Amino acid sequence: MVANIQLTEEKFQELEAFINSLPTTKGELIRVLHKAQNIFGYLPAEVQKFVAKKLDVPTAKVFGVVTFYSYFTMVPKGENDIAICLGTACYVRGAEKILDAIKKEINIGVGETTPDGKFSITSLRCVGACGLAPVILVGEKVYGRITPDMVKGIIDNYR
Amino acid sequence: MANYTMHMLVCSGTGCKSAESDLITANLEKYVAEANMTDEVQVLKTGCFGFCEKGPVVKILPDNTFYVQVTPDDAEEIVNEHIIKGRKVERLLFVDPKTEKMVSDSKKMDFYKKQLRIALRNCGLIDPDNIDEYIARDGYHALGMALTEMTPQDVIKVVKDSGLRGRGGGGFPTGLKWEIASKNDADQKYVVCNADEGDPGAFMDRSILEGDPHSVVEAMAICGYSMGATIGKVYIRAEYPLAIKRLEKAIEDAREYGLLGKDIMGTGFDFDIELTFGAGAFVCGEETALIHSMEGERGEPTTKPPFPAESGYWGKPTNVNNVETFANVPVILLKGADWFSSIGSEKSKGTKVFALAGKINNVGLIEVPMGTTLREVIYDIGGGIKDGKKFKAVQTGGPSGGCLTVDDLDTPIDYENLIAKGSMMGSGGMIVMDEDDCMPAVAKFYLEFTEEESCGKCTPCRVGTKRLSELLELITDGKGKMEHLDELKRLSRVIKDTALCGLGQTAPNPVLSTMEAFWDEYIAHIKDGRCPAGQCTNLLQYIISEAKCVGCTACVRVCPTNAITGTVKKPHVIDQAKCIKCGACYDKCKFEAISKQ
Amino acid sequence: MAKIKSFEELKKIKDQVQSKVGLREKGENIDNLIQIRVAMATCGIASGAREIMNYMIDEMTSQGIENAVVTQTGCMGYCYAEPTIEVTTPGKEPVIYGDVTKEKAKEIIDEHVIKGELVDGIIPMTHKTIDQ
Repeated sequence: MVANIQLTEEKFQELEAFINSLPTTKGELIRVLHKAQNIFGYLPAEVQKFVAKKLDVPTAKVFGVVTFYSYFTMVPKGENDIAICLGTACYVRGAEKILDAIKKEINIGVGETTPDGKFSITSLRCVGACGLAPVILVGEKVYGRITPDMVKGIIDNYR
Repeated sequence: MANYTMHMLVCSGTGCKSAESDLITANLEKYVAEANMTDEVQVLKTGCFGFCEKGPVVKILPDNTFYVQVTPDDAEEIVNEHIIKGRKVERLLFVDPKTEKMVSDSKKMDFYKKQLRIALRNCGLIDPDNIDEYIARDGYHALGMALTEMTPQDVIKVVKDSGLRGRGGGGFPTGLKWEIASKNDADQKYVVCNADEGDPGAFMDRSILEGDPHSVVEAMAICGYSMGATIGKVYIRAEYPLAIKRLEKAIEDAREYGLLGKDIMGTGFDFDIELTFGAGAFVCGEETALIHSMEGERGEPTTKPPFPAESGYWGKPTNVNNVETFANVPVILLKGADWFSSIGSEKSKGTKVFALAGKINNVGLIEVPMGTTLREVIYDIGGGIKDGKKFKAVQTGGPSGGCLTVDDLDTPIDYENLIAKGSMMGSGGMIVMDEDDCMPAVAKFYLEFTEEESCGKCTPCRVGTKRLSELLELITDGKGKMEHLDELKRLSRVIKDTALCGLGQTAPNPVLSTMEAFWDEYIAHIKDGRCPAGQCTNLLQYIISEAKCVGCTACVRVCPTNAITGTVKKPHVIDQAKCIKCGACYDKCKFEAISKQ
Repeated sequence: MAKIKSFEELKKIKDQVQSKVGLREKGENIDNLIQIRVAMATCGIASGAREIMNYMIDEMTSQGIENAVVTQTGCMGYCYAEPTIEVTTPGKEPVIYGDVTKEKAKEIIDEHVIKGELVDGIIPMTHKTIDQ
């Protein structure tokens, strides 16, 4: 986690190299932000300012785009990101109760990260595994047909 | 060369992959190799079979055996029994819940009987990563035919005559769209594929991209030829890693074969496709918003006209269609407009793919002719409601749609009928709800979604959806008043009339349609302080039945607020003022004496 | 991969790769096809069933026979008569041939599959097949 959030010089250099490799920067803001989030894990103010400078656009515009899209985050994700599907299929099969159980278990809300950096919660809309609803993902691993009392057991695997 | 006499198809759509289907494939390969049958038996990964409820699915051809809920450990038995000994593994066969008989042939399963797969024709039949398999299924033949035997006008005519309409939501005639784009002259035009499926509970487009990516690539090239565009762009959600990977591979292979790029098939036509990644915004399903997002901006819609066909991506004529629409195009060209228009209802031609989910036995991806009734979809294909509960409603069109009820079961599903019922086709999410689902709460769920996804550009949508969801919150919290219902109706009308784009204009649909069909339920929340479905926690009442309570005092001991009183061996009562509705007593009671109301 | 330079070339490639999905397409229509099942258990393979199977596939491909499909099955129990093959014509009882050689296989294709006439070498049925 700690290594993950450090805004090292190398990371900025990697991002700069990517920006320089683009034939044009016209219309490429979102592509650059995808790359930046890929490199840094999140998009803090420093990174946004850097991108704005490199692409020669106002920082306010970068901020506007970052906050507009749900995929971009300004908070670093935890070591284990718990993504809960809140699509309708999962909703009618009780996803809200699962979410409540997760919140209670690790004491944070959606879009937050635990102080020790171990866990974060993200909500997403439809994983496409509706047959397994309700569904949560921890990292890449999918847990399907879960009930509130299974939540603790799943999270304990990552403690 | 290997002379395969048996193919083992393993579903590797997202649903089955989530249940370790990759490991099943690996194990099957291992045991086939151990049995020294690698020259006879081919194991391959395909796209979605659609029967997600019973996934992971393994299908064996040519004898059409359909194994369901297979685990990686079953691989050995499947190879040993089915392949080596020639016996079916009966415990993995699908059991028809109605007849309780095993059905091994997928064609004889109710789930597949009423389906007609056009857009999904190759899903679950070919290896999506293998361009040769697509070509073997007449792939790129429609493009070849268009380029060598047809003029762009001919192509447009066929698409127009077929009656194909946009499968992404509104249902605009596709051929007409292409024609408008073809008539606008410009130095550069663009074909855009909208693969930004943002509807919660929908996964049709992703399944097509994962299962048959070449059909979209081919159709985009055909569209480019018809309108005079040389660049295609796929706007795809970054959250769809598998679909992205398969699409990238498809584009690369098509380039290698010269089916994309310069001088395609020696005809002098140039066309190439690149991907642009979305970043998660429901409003980007709207064409103009999508185009702004492709330009790296906030995905906010702008007023139409000008339509993208006149001034779209970087101000150039642009045609936007969604994945499913494109997937229909190659077949239409090959089989003809008459064939396509013979399927479906009067004004809605062809088929529609639905993601059937919620409280239904057979969750899955289905494709049915337009005009199929809801009853056929829910009871024949879907196998009825889960756990024998009562059907209450089906929600179509996602956050822009509405609910259909028991009264609509025999309504043929097509664009017009759904609109008449206050819903819409949308992209094809179909969520089934049963008696336990509270309709005001469902409306609130959707409004919370649109409130969050509203881009904020126009006031009716930004403020209006917030107010709507606040009012619904009051109602589901038990603080609703009768005037709130009038307020909901009035506000809904205002938003519908004044919002800038489709997102806002349709946002009140879930409220209006649930109020229309389930007025009583709203009244019960407000007047009786009761949630008939027993979902709204604040309105729940736990009540002890005097007749059933034996006075065992088990509930008294678990109640955290000491709300339950009574003497031993006499019926107890719950003090509603003290009760926090935690449900502990309900879970504890062994005599079913406590009920939720 | 070489670039495809004309529509004709694409069609040629299709013919070459058709076999990749041909078996699956036939599976979609299996009830209307003549099924030829070759017993491919250990004893069958040891007696040359694999060669017979490959020969039949090649022969049927070269003759352009579309209404039949060759697939494999397990041991049918006629160990004394391997290789054995079972031919099922839609709507008729399956017929099993024992001690099949290449010549016999050719005869089965020419007479049974194409003309629908039985040939010598039939073993009386004593077992049930996979579908029953």
